[in-house]
Amino acid sequence: MNSGLDLEYSFNEILKGFGLSNELAHIIWLPLPMLVVLVSAVVGVLVTVWLERKISAAAQQRIGPEYAGALGVLQPIADGLKLLVKEDIIPAKADSILFTAGPILVLVPVILSWLIVPFGQNLLISNVGIGIFLWIALSSIQPIGLLMSGYASNNKYSLLGGLRAAAQSISYEIPLALSVLAIVLMTNSLSTIDIVNQQSGAGILSWNIWRQPVGFIIFWICALAECERLPFDLPEAEEELVAGYQTEYAGMKFALFYLGSYINLILSALLVSILYLGGWGFPIPVEIIARVLNLPIDAPVIQVFTASIGIIMTVLKAYLLVFVAILLRWTTPRVRIDQLLDLGWKFLLPISLANLLVTAGLKLAFPQFFGG
Amino acid sequence: MSIAVTTQIICFSVLSLVVIIGALGVILLENIVYSAFLLGGVFMSVAGLYLLLNASFVAAAQVLVYVGAVNVLIIFAIMLVNKKEDLKAIENIKSRRIISTSICLTLLSLLIRVDLSNIWGLAEPNASIGEESTVRIGEHLFSDYLLPFEVASVLLLMAMIGAIVLARRDVMNEDISTGLPVDQELIEKPNEPLLIKKN
Repeated sequence: MNSGLDLEYSFNEILKGFGLSNELAHIIWLPLPMLVVLVSAVVGVLVTVWLERKISAAAQQRIGPEYAGALGVLQPIADGLKLLVKEDIIPAKADSILFTAGPILVLVPVILSWLIVPFGQNLLISNVGIGIFLWIALSSIQPIGLLMSGYASNNKYSLLGGLRAAAQSISYEIPLALSVLAIVLMTNSLSTIDIVNQQSGAGILSWNIWRQPVGFIIFWICALAECERLPFDLPEAEEELVAGYQTEYAGMKFALFYLGSYINLILSALLVSILYLGGWGFPIPVEIIARVLNLPIDAPVIQVFTASIGIIMTVLKAYLLVFVAILLRWTTPRVRIDQLLDLGWKFLLPISLANLLVTAGLKLAFPQFFGG
Repeated sequence: MSIAVTTQIICFSVLSLVVIIGALGVILLENIVYSAFLLGGVFMSVAGLYLLLNASFVAAAQVLVYVGAVNVLIIFAIMLVNKKEDLKAIENIKSRRIISTSICLTLLSLLIRVDLSNIWGLAEPNASIGEESTVRIGEHLFSDYLLPFEVASVLLLMAMIGAIVLARRDVMNEDISTGLPVDQELIEKPNEPLLIKKN
């Protein structure tokens, strides 16, 4: 299964044409995909912030940002610049080392998780074998950063916010991992590439959402809770905790939290589209389109077409989910902490265990539909 | 020396330095919160060492279990009960330190002995399985290591029941055999602030 564009191979071939050794070409190649993904993540955040402002305005019958650029598209850049030049304040009684390390520990795992997000057959940084498990492991580091910043701020609201964030993310990680496990059971692999390929048989009909509807809903709820979006934004509930763990933060350190939460939202949306909505797959399989156009599947035109369709489809699906998340944020009320924990432990956990059991049973009964 | 080998050596030395210094910090620092966070750093660097050994699944499991669960719970517990109080000086601290040092040195010599006597090489040469290791671990867990695996789960169940009994003392305050009330009341009742002294 190694069809499609392989940029790394062709790039290395070009460099070797200049007389560079294989190893040197590899070292020059290594930082490029990381840079591309980092830049696209940040641009994705800018777009999401703009969408959030515009959609929230529409939900409240306002106009929203209007003067910074056409339709206010430059507003997020203005926000970013403001945060960049703001004074970096560390409170006098705060623990300055932990205060600085907290936001970094929140942001780094989220960015590292982009390692496994595929935009096409060969369009990802690294096809690591443990794939989706890497994301689950990395996302479990985040609560440490939140606890750290909550504690270091030396402020009761911050501490409560940090504790709430940790409790929330520990409770929702378990149903999240169990619903991913059901997908892995059907794929026989942890790799995100294999997960998408397994859904690519018959276009939209073979997407996992039809085979795992319960898992899809559980995963989406848990992903929202992990991103601390309304209705689950208890850690920063404005009315109770001022701003939770980020109360004392200003300037660039606050911007790291802000960036982290939005990158996490986009990442979650991307992973939902990879796990349940066929990833880079077009609703109609590309093979059929190629047959209609009477072109062989590995013709250069078709390959470029497939790669660009893949990127467009992944981003489109992810942004549809981001749109749903933003609408949810501006239309639903916040749950209480006891309701949140009840939902996680007494509802989602048993349901996701049952979902896993039923998936295993269906896999044994109908191996051709549920990946034997 | 090729670039890959050099990178590996640099990574290994940095990681082992972090593990050693971090572990020393965990036991030597006065502030328990710093110790807890450093413990997380040590766990992370151990995961890095596993990555260097091509055991990516073990590394991710290490991060998930030790950093994401164990360390978060330790920090959580410290922050919930972190009262600033002056600890009393312990009597004959010197002899206690000597005893604990000698026990630690004995353990260390035992580990060194194991390290020197064990043959670490794989049975078959060039048998690095890399990404296959996930499958292998699964096979072993459900065949020859099934009993230890199940015993570990029973242990976890026992710990969980114990935690529930400790947490719900206000409900289970009756001796099961005699039926008499047992003095197991909480210091702090759920709706009663801690500052009001009990009579």
